[in-house]
Amino acid sequence: MGWISSLPGWARWALYAAIGIFVLSLVQTLTGETTELTSVGTSQAMLRWGVPILLAGLGGLFSERAGVINIGLEGMMILGMWFGAWGAINYGGWVGLVVGVMGGVLGALIHAIATINFGVDHIISGVAINIIGPAGARYLSSEIFSGYDGGSITQSPRVPGVGKFDMPFLAGGDVFGWQSPDLLGTIGELEIFFLSDVANLTRGLMSQVAPSTMVAVALVPISWYVLWKTRFGLRLRICGEAPKQGEAQGINVYLYKYYGVLLSGALAGLGGAFIASPELGGIYLEGQVNNRGFIGLAALIFGNYRPAGILMGAMLFAYPFGLGLRDINETASHTLLLVTAVAMAAIALWATSKGRRLDMVVAAVMAGLCAAWYFLSDTVPDWWVNILPFVIVLLVLFFNAQRLRVPAADGEPYRRGE
Amino acid sequence: MNNLLRRVLLSASAPVIALLFAVLVSSVVLLASGSNPIAAYGDMVTHALKLGTIVDILNRATPLYLSGVAAAIGFRMNLFNIGVEGQYRFAAIVSAYVGAQLALPGVLHVAVILLVAMFVGGATAGVAGVLKVTRGINEVISTIMINAILISGVIAALSKRWQAGGSVDATGSNAGVGTDPIPESGLIPNLNGLIEPITGEIGRGKELTGMFLVAVAVGVAYHIILNRTRFGYDLRASGVNPFAATAGGVSANRMIVTAMVLSGMVAGLVGMPSLMALGRFNPNFVSLLGFGGIAVALLGRNNPGGIVFGSLIFAFLDVSSGILQISGSASREIKDIIQGIILLAAVVAYEVVRRYREREEARLAAEALAESGSSPPFESGSTPSVAGA
Repeated sequence: MGWISSLPGWARWALYAAIGIFVLSLVQTLTGETTELTSVGTSQAMLRWGVPILLAGLGGLFSERAGVINIGLEGMMILGMWFGAWGAINYGGWVGLVVGVMGGVLGALIHAIATINFGVDHIISGVAINIIGPAGARYLSSEIFSGYDGGSITQSPRVPGVGKFDMPFLAGGDVFGWQSPDLLGTIGELEIFFLSDVANLTRGLMSQVAPSTMVAVALVPISWYVLWKTRFGLRLRICGEAPKQGEAQGINVYLYKYYGVLLSGALAGLGGAFIASPELGGIYLEGQVNNRGFIGLAALIFGNYRPAGILMGAMLFAYPFGLGLRDINETASHTLLLVTAVAMAAIALWATSKGRRLDMVVAAVMAGLCAAWYFLSDTVPDWWVNILPFVIVLLVLFFNAQRLRVPAADGEPYRRGE
Repeated sequence: MNNLLRRVLLSASAPVIALLFAVLVSSVVLLASGSNPIAAYGDMVTHALKLGTIVDILNRATPLYLSGVAAAIGFRMNLFNIGVEGQYRFAAIVSAYVGAQLALPGVLHVAVILLVAMFVGGATAGVAGVLKVTRGINEVISTIMINAILISGVIAALSKRWQAGGSVDATGSNAGVGTDPIPESGLIPNLNGLIEPITGEIGRGKELTGMFLVAVAVGVAYHIILNRTRFGYDLRASGVNPFAATAGGVSANRMIVTAMVLSGMVAGLVGMPSLMALGRFNPNFVSLLGFGGIAVALLGRNNPGGIVFGSLIFAFLDVSSGILQISGSASREIKDIIQGIILLAAVVAYEVVRRYREREEARLAAEALAESGSSPPFESGSTPSVAGA
């Protein structure tokens, strides 16, 4: 298995994704309960659900790579959601996204001043942001949205969006009015085992997609490029690994930490604005962020503080939600239980090969429980998908905590010249 | 003597500055949104001086105080129990269920309910401690994750099952929804009988929760354990300097698990005032006390007395901002802003004062050294320090 870890990050994650889809289509074919596990609609819904999680995770990436822990992502997303909705209602969808970014930056600015200038503990400041964010949004709603037609203290009127888009040639999009062929759609309809499943899931990522979603996905390679291939990124990462050595090289550590935290707020704010856009909520609604900031944090840890991994984490966590939306008779979420059992069994085998007995026992027991749950029931309760991201992260940490690579100086107070 | 006065003034200055700053910023916010800040504050203070409002404030401060102590136990040794929110709600629903199934004489029944709540809270928080000790999982991450699993998973599932018995009645009222009601013997009586001889009739159906006395007892116990026992000394030592504590024979792992369990046990009590008032776990059950508790603990510097001050301020804002809706002098949501700013300003002010003090001490030490002659008391290289350092 050594060759897997020698692959570059994107290829390794693509391989994991392919294995995942293989297991999904295998289980789906064998049980014959549902076809939703690998349908176009499921992957469309997954993508829409995954975008805010992805943006929150990337936000966390910039902040923590600069050495500032950011558990205030949730609060920054709430501010982004409010400002995004306000901007979109008054000035249109695109402006809404920009204003949402500024809302997130506002929250991040407080975090930056408290942690960088005053040396307040990062967790404490993050908790404070998570209290101030919703408070500010609620006060602003009571002052502004209450006065709008159809608005109230907890919600806004409908928020306009930024349109939809189909990829030409691959998903049958228009090119200057000419309808291009729908290559993936054709493969999907052939119903070939695994190949059609891959085609369907990929097509879902390219058809009926909002431009804002594409911006979010494009931010994954952009973040990688900025952080690992530019001088700016190197300096930012030095602040998270060895700030004193950075200072000795003449880097303005405070400035780069500010960049990291403010970019973090910008991305979280964009994620919040996306939640208010018609892609997801279509309105500002209190409580609508619903832990996505924390799920983004989970995706960050799952992805081992790297952009490609965060994308995979966000999609993995969004998948059960997307499936739940498509799953009218609840058979698909039920089949997902069996998939989970297979995955836990695989972990048990892996742990056995490594000689880690405790891990093996824990994984085997979980595999057994999931399988038993699958065979003893016909449907699963709706709360199951809600807790899945958090369970997955706890399991990843439990089985793999030693191999996670946290920035060395993450969360440590830094004082210039001390 | 002059020094002592300085130190007292310095400690008191941070929260006072934070309060003033919060009032200043929220006045700006109120002015910007076209309200008169002085009228708003005036309404709140006048309202808070009424006996009925004072009872409400104490009722609100009681669970906030417990939640603050729960967070503070962790903070004292640099452990962040962010999971109080999940712990108290989980503890409340389980103890509501157990309490409803039992028929015991009064004191025993109440004790069983409180003990079940403390056990559930302690066990839940203990999981995070064990994960930290055995697998090195940061307790901030694990308590956030366990929080989410408990609130949107376990509690959602349990409340669906246990609330199935009482359903929405024909009039559409959901008063019947909830776990089975706890018999009278399981509920702590209110303290109106105790305080009315002093204060006079409270009236208007307001009751001072019996959990108030439990919160006082928890505060006293926290003070004694922290400052008068071996365990409290070890706890504080581990927080200030874990390496020195380990060198002194304190088992870091044992302290981590014990502190998390104790924090969770107190967290288990946070939901009890609401449970005693409602008599069951239902959709109206109080939420968000966990995060309030963190704020209150930070405001009170994790100090048993300081947390009293913090929880009273937050409770005052929570309760007496209600009058703003009636008087119309401002939007009541301003209190959320004030609370957030107080918290942030307080932690910043404490940090600034701490740094100022450090510099001051260094300066005083240098002066003392200069006065006592040119030679330092210890030769460099033979400074007495912790063995092995």
